[in-house]
Amino acid sequence: MSRKVGRRSFILSAAAALLSACGWDGGRTLRPVLGGFSRFNDWVSQLVFSSERSAPKYDPSQRSRSFPAYHISAMTPTLEDPAAWRLEVGGLVRTPLNLALDEIRSFEPLTYTVKHHCVEGWSAIATWTGTPFRAVAERTGVLPEARYVRFDSFDAGYYSGWDLESALHPETILAYAFNSQELRPDHGAPLRLYAPHKLGYKMTKYLTRITFTAERPGGYWEDQGYPWFGGV
Amino acid sequence: MDKPVGRHHWIVRVTHWAAFILIFAMVASGLQIYRAYPRFGERGGPYFANFFHNVAFPEWSRLGGWLAGGINWHFFLMWPFVGLGLLYLAYLALSGEWKKLVFRPRDARPAFEMVKYYLRIRKDHPPQGKHNALQKAAYTLIVLLGMLSVLTGIAMWKPVQLAWLTGLFGGFQAARYWHFWAVWLFVMFTLVHVVLVFLVDPASLRAMITGRYRGRYVSDEP
Repeated sequence: MSRKVGRRSFILSAAAALLSACGWDGGRTLRPVLGGFSRFNDWVSQLVFSSERSAPKYDPSQRSRSFPAYHISAMTPTLEDPAAWRLEVGGLVRTPLNLALDEIRSFEPLTYTVKHHCVEGWSAIATWTGTPFRAVAERTGVLPEARYVRFDSFDAGYYSGWDLESALHPETILAYAFNSQELRPDHGAPLRLYAPHKLGYKMTKYLTRITFTAERPGGYWEDQGYPWFGGV
Repeated sequence: MDKPVGRHHWIVRVTHWAAFILIFAMVASGLQIYRAYPRFGERGGPYFANFFHNVAFPEWSRLGGWLAGGINWHFFLMWPFVGLGLLYLAYLALSGEWKKLVFRPRDARPAFEMVKYYLRIRKDHPPQGKHNALQKAAYTLIVLLGMLSVLTGIAMWKPVQLAWLTGLFGGFQAARYWHFWAVWLFVMFTLVHVVLVFLVDPASLRAMITGRYRGRYVSDEP
């Protein structure tokens, strides 16, 4: 008899514990633990990340038929006066820069057709053209204390923080063209960050400012729980 | 009734129940993640054949509340899952227990005999051993399935850094697809496993908890 009760109560309590867990993000107690593990996963991701390895390339004929574009503003963010737009580059640098789009376009461009990986699970192939971030970093002169880069936008305060190594990867670009055409407003015009080795939410669109920092910047989604490193 | 005999080492019992809880929670957090893009294939298609194409799984089946919550659960649970999986494999290898569990070609014939027994073509139960040949097949496959879910998971996590692994599974969307298939194989295995425990040998449930077995199918292996 007692044996039966023991088994039944064991099964019932296990089932209750499992059911109550559903739809639960960990609550006040467990959420920070899960966040701590997310930082551990960032560390592992950083170990796996290679600053040399280039992403698999595709033929332009393999481009996806659709390519979703997200922003957090209610409407697609656009500039009132595109000619007045400048990209500020500052923080822990020798020479802060204030670049017009033409100046950014005057760097040697990089074009590649790569697969985009979204944290949601979708992927899409597209061609991107832009200025390697590294070239801009060389011109501005990054100070040795800098370990991170913060990318700000005019999309309702959207921003993302990167580790310097990922930012300086040769395939990290400041993109101004999508599928061989001028970047459209829904894809982040006039200028967006692009890198095939990061998840989509890391690639800040509608860029306004690049800041080199010693402290780790967060990010719009990262601050809400998405993995900070976001490398693929 | 005979006095109970030792059946399962504590490592087997701990990893067994931990695997059950971990897989349950990983499936639930995985279904939360699936919700964000409930199909397989590049944007714009074509899409893979999928019974759950664009299916929204009910809230009670999901863990995490939203995408980031699901991801954080999933990417936390994967560490104990891998760790305990390795502990179990190390135990199997070092104890020699693998000889009683791993399905080998010579088990094919006895497995067929077991099928005949279950289909009532054969009247007497074939020699059981610690695990009969069908059990060996099932327990070997479930270990392989665990490995497949870990490897397809890594392939989805690092499709650029580990592009060779992702390529091995047919690409990022295919890795997601196989990872998702693993879910239904785990679910089906668990259902059949539990039904057979209660139908064929309820004493084995107690053995998996206490480690000691007092039932009908006493192993004729040392």
